[in-house]
Amino acid sequence: MCRGYLLRPVFNPIYQRITSFLRDLGEVSLLGAEVVRSFRLNRPSWKDFVYQLHFIGVKSQSVVITTGAATGMVLCAQTYFQFHKVKMDTATGAVVSVGMSSELGPVLAALMLTGRVGAAMAAELGTMKVTEQIDALRTLAAHPVDTLVVPRLLALLVSAPLLTAEAILVGITASWLIGVKLLGIDSAYYLVNMNRYTIPEDVFNGLVKSVVFGVIIAMVSCNKGLTCRGGAEGVGRATTEAVVIASISILVTNFFLTLFLARLIKG
Amino acid sequence: MIEVRDVHKSFGTQKVLRGATLTIAKGEAVVIIGRSGGGKSVLLKHLIGLLPPDRGSVLVAGEDLACMDERRLLQVRRRFGMLFQMAALFDSLNVYENVSFVLRRERRHTEGEIRRQVAEALEMVELPGIEEKLPSELSGGMRKRVGLARAIIYRPEIVLYDEPTTGLDPVAGDRIDRLIRRVWEQLHVTSIAVTHDMKSARTISNRILMLHEGVIYADGPTDSILGSSDPLLHRFVNGISTPQNEGP
Repeated sequence: MCRGYLLRPVFNPIYQRITSFLRDLGEVSLLGAEVVRSFRLNRPSWKDFVYQLHFIGVKSQSVVITTGAATGMVLCAQTYFQFHKVKMDTATGAVVSVGMSSELGPVLAALMLTGRVGAAMAAELGTMKVTEQIDALRTLAAHPVDTLVVPRLLALLVSAPLLTAEAILVGITASWLIGVKLLGIDSAYYLVNMNRYTIPEDVFNGLVKSVVFGVIIAMVSCNKGLTCRGGAEGVGRATTEAVVIASISILVTNFFLTLFLARLIKG
Repeated sequence: MIEVRDVHKSFGTQKVLRGATLTIAKGEAVVIIGRSGGGKSVLLKHLIGLLPPDRGSVLVAGEDLACMDERRLLQVRRRFGMLFQMAALFDSLNVYENVSFVLRRERRHTEGEIRRQVAEALEMVELPGIEEKLPSELSGGMRKRVGLARAIIYRPEIVLYDEPTTGLDPVAGDRIDRLIRRVWEQLHVTSIAVTHDMKSARTISNRILMLHEGVIYADGPTDSILGSSDPLLHRFVNGISTPQNEGP
């Protein structure tokens, strides 16, 4: 008994982490089931969808373009510095292109979307929850999932791959500018090698990942907002948890998606 | 029309309702009184299915809300309108969009019809011509009146009011009371309010229920409850505290 008492401080946080993870997983699963039900029973609101598309897709462009450009430039410079030692300067474009298309483009765009869009979703829905606006929706015979979650999810499903494609394109262009104009790599070799080693599946993988990441951001953020408790502190906590959980989920899912998609393509 | 049978509700270890039982007939104007934090709002939210009971049943027109899922409850809620304590207007929508929310979702009204009905509803709450304002531009009393317009625009059979005069000055509170009375008289709705404002209770009800320690302690016509000689009721109605801080 004494030993159990001593071990409690060690095991209690682990136990709480596990139960919290399982609770979140259960809540997101239930939310997912309700979203499927909503798609079956209702026609999503076109107006809400367009509004969210503007907020998520159009207004996130500056963040995503900046991230894509910065990543492309840094990756190009670092790759060049290492490859230059073994006289493989012209392979830089290929490394940047493959890296941006299949890994860095989708993951970094998703992380930036989590910070900008996921946090906003959790905070907005959380505020609506604590100010009884969600209850008001329900009394007006409107299901919160139909009204709030579905338009956001649809907008992310459309926006995430487009923004990822934009990040990839901007990253590769920025790397070309740095590689050719600043570091002196021959442009023709840079582009030929890039084309030779970047296969369409790399871009496909990146876009598939971005769709999955879009679903993760929407579901985790909406769930945290809708289950928010307490006042301003609760909204702050829900927002932080949404960003942390969605970010970690994206990184973990990315690893498994990479393995799965590689196996799928190899057949 | 509404029947609450032996409803229990706890939040963690705190027991809020301990077997509340009541019946409300069609067309009544009922006020539920009781101490702050005594479970009045929780009871009100049970009536519209916003909270499920831990035990017991809530019947609306013979249908048990406790046995329904959220989507089935949405259909039952079409009978209800509700005015929340802080009005709960949608921040991102202007007054017109807030008040017309239900009509626009139904997708069976023309824009002209919706505009006319919104104008009528705002006229009824004595706020004509504020359609384009945002909730953040309104005072507390105006927000409540817009909330009331939103709750009655689709002509519900039952209107619920959660602390309708809380946070308002006496004049604004009196105005809300008169509107609630007018809605009850003109629209022939069943009116159910929770409040601890005795002046408001006198104006808007013809029957008062007192919730005390999770059960309905008293039930009767407004005048008899407000004039009751029962020590607990008398102290509560007249706002008399006890030295030992026991009871209301």
